Formats: sequence, structure tokens, C-alpha cells
Amino acid sequence: MASAVRFAAVSRHFGEVRAVDQVSFEVGDGEFFAMLGPSGSGKTTCLRLIAGFEQPDHGRVWVQEQDVDGVPPYERPVNTVFQDYALFPHMSVADNVAYALMVRRVPGTERRARAEEMLELVRLKGMSARKPAQLSGGQRQRVALARALISHPRVLLLDEPLGALDLKLREQMQLELKSLQRKLGITFIYVTHDQQEALSMSDRLAVFNHGRVEQIGTPEEIYEHPATPFVAAFVGTSNLVEGADAERLIGLAGAYSIRPERIALLAPGETPPADHIKAAGAIEAVQYQGASTRYDIALEGGGRLVVVRQNAEGAGRMNGPKTGERAILAFARDAVQAMTGDGS
Amino acid sequence: MSAANPPLRRLSTLLYQRPRLLLLALLAAPLTWLGVIYLGSLFSLLAQSFFYIDGFTGQIVHELSLRTYAELLSSPANWDVILRTAGMASAVTLAAAGIGFPIAYYMARYATGRVKALFYLAVMLPLWSSYLVRVYAWKLILAKEGIIGWTFEQLKLSWLLEGILAVPVIGGPSLSVSYIGMFLVFTYMWLPYMILPTQAALERVPRSLIEASGDLGAHPFETFRKVVLPLAFPGVVAGSIFTFSLTLGDYIIPYLIGSSRFFIGQVVFLQQGTAGNIPLAAAFSVVPIVIMAIYLTVAKRLGAFDAL
Repeated sequence: MASAVRFAAVSRHFGEVRAVDQVSFEVGDGEFFAMLGPSGSGKTTCLRLIAGFEQPDHGRVWVQEQDVDGVPPYERPVNTVFQDYALFPHMSVADNVAYALMVRRVPGTERRARAEEMLELVRLKGMSARKPAQLSGGQRQRVALARALISHPRVLLLDEPLGALDLKLREQMQLELKSLQRKLGITFIYVTHDQQEALSMSDRLAVFNHGRVEQIGTPEEIYEHPATPFVAAFVGTSNLVEGADAERLIGLAGAYSIRPERIALLAPGETPPADHIKAAGAIEAVQYQGASTRYDIALEGGGRLVVVRQNAEGAGRMNGPKTGERAILAFARDAVQAMTGDGS
Repeated sequence: MSAANPPLRRLSTLLYQRPRLLLLALLAAPLTWLGVIYLGSLFSLLAQSFFYIDGFTGQIVHELSLRTYAELLSSPANWDVILRTAGMASAVTLAAAGIGFPIAYYMARYATGRVKALFYLAVMLPLWSSYLVRVYAWKLILAKEGIIGWTFEQLKLSWLLEGILAVPVIGGPSLSVSYIGMFLVFTYMWLPYMILPTQAALERVPRSLIEASGDLGAHPFETFRKVVLPLAFPGVVAGSIFTFSLTLGDYIIPYLIGSSRFFIGQVVFLQQGTAGNIPLAAAFSVVPIVIMAIYLTVAKRLGAFDAL
């Protein structure tokens, strides 16, 4: 597979701060690649390095198999959807969308036709005469998308594009972006701090922390087999078991992650399969979360575990264990994921 | 606690319940000042322009008439004054914009921390010293024996300076009695009023807009022309309102620097002082207001305020 973007040991420092530190990864052509991490983890700086707004201090960046060292943004075959949309306030929606064509001296009639076409693609037909200030947040987002797509880039960079939208709109836009990417067949590089967004949209994702890549993999790999405690904690909820707790509970030294939904809360008299690991403890807190319920359990002998149980039919729906009761837990051995990196 | 002070507490509650009362209490005094003293005196001056001087007695006739305006506009000498002043104001405004914009651009987009503070200081510092002192300082700088003449002499370029001064209309016996000298002093005086609003406007252009333009394939020059300039233009227009109107109304610089050819401010000063022709002075002071109104209308037509 041809690569759309490749980083080789790229570093970018701002004074003492290592915003990006020895980062290497490769994004395949046509891939939906997410860069996930908390704020200040270096994901946005990586995006800016691809767009050309920043230059690396060390390492190399390739875009479309071409070393882009010293290539200015206006000569790179990528376009960006900015976090604040960055629409030109003094231009109409149509002029915003056609901006890339205008600077390439495309004739006016063709420009207008292609802008209309793009606006139709993002379902904003009939808005071309408006100014950005007259649009809602979701509409501005679509204009920014149309503007970035009009010159048919092979790689589209998206910097937290849905961050300013409310939950319902965000979910709808997630689906639309994903189907747009499939339809156009171009590479999307998508920066987000929302792990749900990264898991549900991307083909592969990179988890960033302190300017470094902690882990790269498919959503399933990242969620099911987190390599470091940071990834286990940042992507979803996780029980991190280490040291004496690990030896007592699992019988092994080291650090391990167990997802809360992989632990079963046994009903009185229920026996788990023989190869399951069993533990007992007191329920300290019960949190009703709608689709599921979360139990915080203090284990007998020390340590604590979080258990999440779906509020499905049966299984003691609406009528589960209460705070203060004793609980018996069980989980399969393959629910225990060993941490390989230190991930600090 | 306000509980210890029931009357004050009751007053606060009253004002909370009637916000308009609070607004009235806060704005009454300043609005009176603005309305009665500031605008009132201006209107009373303007009203004078519709009276006229009786040619025989020299007394002001308090009777509405356009006779003074007819007098103003029928005299070619008055037109000379008006065109001379407007021409100088335009030249000064263009020069201030030309010099001010790069400085404002650097201040807004590149300077940070100490350098930025230094720039602010350099722009503002002249405003802290007396206007008259600075004009007299310039008179010395521009004098025949002044530093400019001396520098040209040292560089063996006196012929160049003399050549420039030999140009009709804008030249003169020395820089300090020429339109060139006056233009230099005006430009120097009003430059901060151009830099500050321009810088404020440039500061408000988000960096992401400039990046977006480059991302979409525009070269830096194109980005400047299509994005930065249109968005900063209202600031330049705001600055030009200062430089233009300040030049239109000034009477000290034309008096101290330059030839004996009059500017609007000097005529107003003379007519209402020595000549005692208050109606004509008032009519003359309407001229800059009309010029400014035309100027702002043109600026609006050009879309100067679209990005506001």
C-alpha cells in the first residue's frame, strides 16, 4: 500500500517543551487515521507538520511519498479543516468554498459551478450568498469541509473538526464524515481528544501522550490490547492491576489491564467456568449510567476493581447488588492484558 | 454585609428591579456633557454660519441666510485654501498609511514581549511631549542650517536638496518654509494615530485565517491581498479619519512651518479673531465636516466597513 503520510523520528520543540518527540508512523493511502490524545500531547503539532505550518527540528516528513522538507503550505497536496473553521468573514460562502480555485486563477463560471457542486456534497445548497456569520456552527463546519475538498486533495487533515458542536450534531457529523471519506476514497487524518470518536470513525489510530506515540493500531487492537497503562486509561475505562495486587489476584508479577465490562458480577449461588479468576469484595459505590451500571468494588485483601454491567433484560435488571453488599467477581484469563511499555 | 445597612440595600434592590433607572443615573451626567456642552457648542457655531455680516456696519445680522456660504464659495481665494488643505490632508494620510502599515503589521504579527513593548513605547512616546515643542524641534531640523541640510552637505548632495526645493509649489527657500517640510511635520505628528488603529485591526485577524489561505494554495502576497488587507482595512480607515481630520483642522503647523499661504484652520482662526467675521469662520469650519462626510461615504462605498 502506498503511503499518504510518513513520519520518521520527527521532533518539534518549542523552547524547553518537546511538543513532538521522536514520532514515527505511516498512514496508508485512503486510510481514515485518527490521532488521539489529551490536549498538549502533540497530535495537533503533528497535523501542523503535515500541513507545513510547522517545520520539524529533527526527522523527516513525507507526503505522497515526497520529502516535504522546506516545502511551504501552499505547495503541499493537503488541505486542512481547522478547529475554529477559519472561514474568511468578509467573503460569501461561495467565495470561501471557491477560494482555492480563485488563487489558482480558475475562471469565474467554472469556479461558481464547482463551488455549487461542493456545497451540494455537504448538503448546503442555496446558502452560497450568505456570509459565515449568518450560519450555524454545524453549517460553518460543512463550509470549511467543502472549502478544503474543492481542489480534490489526496489527504485531508481535520483538526478536532467536531469539537465545537453539540452531542447530537456531532454524532450525525461523525457518520457523514465517515461516509464522505469512503465515497471520495481519500486519506483522512483526524485529530481528536475524544476516544469514542477515534474508536468509532478510524481505520487505525495513534494514541499520543507527552509528544510521543504510545500505541498505533486498529480500534479493536487499541481497546482490547492496550500496550501501556496510559492507553488503557485514556481509551475507555480500565482496571490497572500491578505489584502485590497483581500477584494476589492473577498470580503474576507485572502490570495488567482488565476492562470493567469483562468482569462478571456473580449472582448468589452462580458458579463461573473453572478456568476463570475469582475474587470477592465489598461494593462501595453503585452508579446508574443509563445503558449500564458501574460498581466500585473494594477487594478483600486489598485493591479495587471497577465493574460495568449492561442493564439488559434478565441479569437482575433494575434490581442488582446494592452498596455495602458483598460481591463475587469472575473474569476470564484472556481479559487480562499485560502492559508492555512503561508509557510514562 | 449590606444587611447592616438597610437603606443602601433597599436602593440596590430598587436599582436591580429597575435597570433603566440605573442606566439613567449612570448616563445622565456624561450625556448632558456630550449633548449640551460638546455638541451644543458645535451646533451653535454652525448656526452662526447661517447669519451674516452687514457690509456697512460690520455687525452680525441674526437672520437666517445663505449669504455667508455664497461669500465663501464665490471667492477663488477661499477655494484655493480649501483645495490646498484637502490636498495636504490626503497626502499626509497616504504617507501615514504607507509608513504606518508595515510598522503596525510587524507589531501585530511578529513582535512579542519586550520588543512589542518597545514598539508601543516608540509609537506613543512622542505623544507624551508637548505638541508645540515638537513642531519647533522640527522647525530647527528643517531649517537651512538644520540637520537635514547639514547631512546633505556632508554627503555632497546639497544640489539634490536644492533641486527638490526648486520644484515649484511644493518647494521653497528652505524645507522649513515649504510644503514638503509641512508635509513631513504633519506626517510625523499624526503617524501614531494611524499605527494604533491599524495595529489593533491586524491583531484581530486570527492566525488560522492566514494559515487557511496558505493551506488553500495562496502565496503569502496573495494571502495579504485577499485576506489580511481587507480585514485590516477598517483599521486603516479609522486611522485615516484621524490623520485626515487632524490635518484639515490644524492651524499651528501651517503657521509655523510653510509659506504664508493659508490653510482652513488659519482662516477660521483669523476670521473669528482679528477679522471678527464669526459667520465666515463658522462657514469655513463646516468645510472639513463636509469633506469628512464625503470621505466616509466613499470609504463605505469601497467596503471599508464590510469586515466590521
